Amino acid sequence: MEILVCARRVPDTSENEITLNSAGNDIERDELVYSVNEPDNYAVEEALQIAARIGGNVTVVTVGGEDDEEILRREMAMGANHGVLITDEAFSGSDGLGIATILKAFVEKGNYDLILTGVQAEDGGAQVGGMLAAMLDYPFASLVNSIEVLEGRKLKISREIAGGDKEMNEIDLPCVLSIQTGINEPRYVGMRGIRAVASVPIPTYGASELAVDPRSVGGAAARVKRVDYFLPALGKGAEMLEGSREEVIDRLVGLVAAKGGLK
Amino acid sequence: MPRIFAYIAHKGGVADDSAAELAAVAKKIDAAATLTAVVMGWGAELDSVCNAVRGSYAEVWKIANESLVYPNAELVRKALVKVLPAGGVVLVTHEHFGIDLAPGLSIKLKAAFVSDVLEIEGVEDAQLKVVRQEFGGQVSAHVRCDISSGAVVTIRPGAFKPLESTPVSGSVNDKSADVGVLTASRRYLQTMVAESGDVDITKHNVLVSIGRGIQEKDNVAIAQELADAMGGALSCSRPVVDAKWLDKSRQVGSSGKTVKPKVYLACGISGAFQHLVGIKGNPFIVAINKNPKAPIFQVADVGIVDDLLEFLPELTNKIREMHGVSAK
Ligand SMILES: Cc1cc2nc3c(=O)[nH]c(=O)nc-3n(C[C@H](O)[C@H](O)[C@H](O)COP(=O)(O)OP(=O)(O)OC[C@H]3O[C@@H](n4cnc5c(N)ncnc54)[C@H](O)[C@@H]3O)c2cc1C
Repeated sequence: MEILVCARRVPDTSENEITLNSAGNDIERDELVYSVNEPDNYAVEEALQIAARIGGNVTVVTVGGEDDEEILRREMAMGANHGVLITDEAFSGSDGLGIATILKAFVEKGNYDLILTGVQAEDGGAQVGGMLAAMLDYPFASLVNSIEVLEGRKLKISREIAGGDKEMNEIDLPCVLSIQTGINEPRYVGMRGIRAVASVPIPTYGASELAVDPRSVGGAAARVKRVDYFLPALGKGAEMLEGSREEVIDRLVGLVAAKGGLK
Repeated sequence: MPRIFAYIAHKGGVADDSAAELAAVAKKIDAAATLTAVVMGWGAELDSVCNAVRGSYAEVWKIANESLVYPNAELVRKALVKVLPAGGVVLVTHEHFGIDLAPGLSIKLKAAFVSDVLEIEGVEDAQLKVVRQEFGGQVSAHVRCDISSGAVVTIRPGAFKPLESTPVSGSVNDKSADVGVLTASRRYLQTMVAESGDVDITKHNVLVSIGRGIQEKDNVAIAQELADAMGGALSCSRPVVDAKWLDKSRQVGSSGKTVKPKVYLACGISGAFQHLVGIKGNPFIVAINKNPKAPIFQVADVGIVDDLLEFLPELTNKIREMHGVSAK
């Protein structure tokens, strides 16, 4: 099975506290730690496990810039066969639709049976996978938390719905699935693994190689634009307990006891 | 102004709570709008849903189709594409079904798409001005969406105050004939209900809840000890379950359990909305987090900025002392 995973490099929210910059219109980008978007990493692991079970190849693709190569190498160190960087000046400022348009052009150059994305990235958009599927006229399922390959070019998948219930579906190949965290346990990647793939060439594609009309993507074509970041005016907010740890604990125990929180 | 449509999610003949929230959103986009609810499904229960939303929507489009007996997003999308006029604004609730339906629907309608909207700040020159959150709610963003050729907008559940329903009731138009036969390349099989675990966190008055801030599996024990000392139970956020440190049955949130404790201690939990929607009944929330700007402090009653790995054991000792158990 030929599997394509669309992945993205994002500021890692488990490593950074995201705050506003001093101008108050963007996030503070100095000293941010980046990593592969968490659900995308689960998607790569799932692709590798499927390929190991039934055979096949895993390609990881990202739309971005030079800096984004690092996540491709990381996923190749996990075992992905190929990494592909899609990059072009004309692509910068693309909205979700723009990214899906670019990915569609790349997908059409290959012959993929299964395309995986993460459920959402740090912007919480949860959009590119569903858009890409609709553009390709492939079936789509979101929030996928298990995949079983069936006979006759079909998969049996479960989707995570409310309350942790699972919605079981059968879906025809080729298809696009957005992968939810927790579907597997992504393997560990050490420095050694990354070094081993450090010199593997990573092919790049731009607008002309993909035959994407530059006017259909990028900032100028984007119908959805972020104007700025801000911190909303706080509501009442928590009463912050301050002082020595001992004092804080004394006050906390009193408050909790008053609410019936101590047996 | 474009026409505004709301897709009404429903189950067992009952419209989802978000139906009245979507009506409120539509009024914020255009106070003068004639709102249209789209209700799809099959059987007698469809009529009760249509009836229930007539208070908030001037028009209700009923679409009965046997293949929609279960809301398979692919079939729903195909049906919507057949009935919706071009250029409208379509509102969908941002939960597991909306996430499945909405992005692809926007492509087929050739409409713009913006997801998980928390606030509407009006329309100016065909630009819908909305507020979203990024980075798990750590920052908000002003976003503009060009609605000149229509838009599909998903709305965060609970973010808008429901529109009060009026005694005036909307008309129900049966549009089923416009839909015809629907086929899908994804077929719904069955729903598997989540397994219940060893501890039922929905029945406890006191929950000590841990998030990614617990850092390692071995640290889970310090939170368990606190829960034991308080006579409560241990619950958690999603990353703790993803890492397999606790069972899924302990997870609080939209894809986990809805809990109604009296006291909720959020330890090393940032306060993402998918977590917060699982906490109901207005409990006394204590947040312990090393990041003073963590969003959890906006919803907590009491906040403590500290390292939980040091704070929790000391709190446990204090409570044990009070109970006359000698501290370790
Ligand atoms: C469709 C969908 C459904 C979801 N369903 C759920 C759900 O049901 N439940 C759920 O919880 N999430 C759910 N999520 C995930 C959710 O969006 C968040 O990613 C998640 O809640 C974050 O968990 P967290 O707060 O533990 O981790 P983080 O956001 O990483 O926060 C960790 C916090 O710990 C603090 N911290 C770190 N170290 C320490 C320390 N030593 N002492 C004190 N504080 C420390 C940090 O400052 C940070 O605030 C869902 C997501 C999606 C897309």
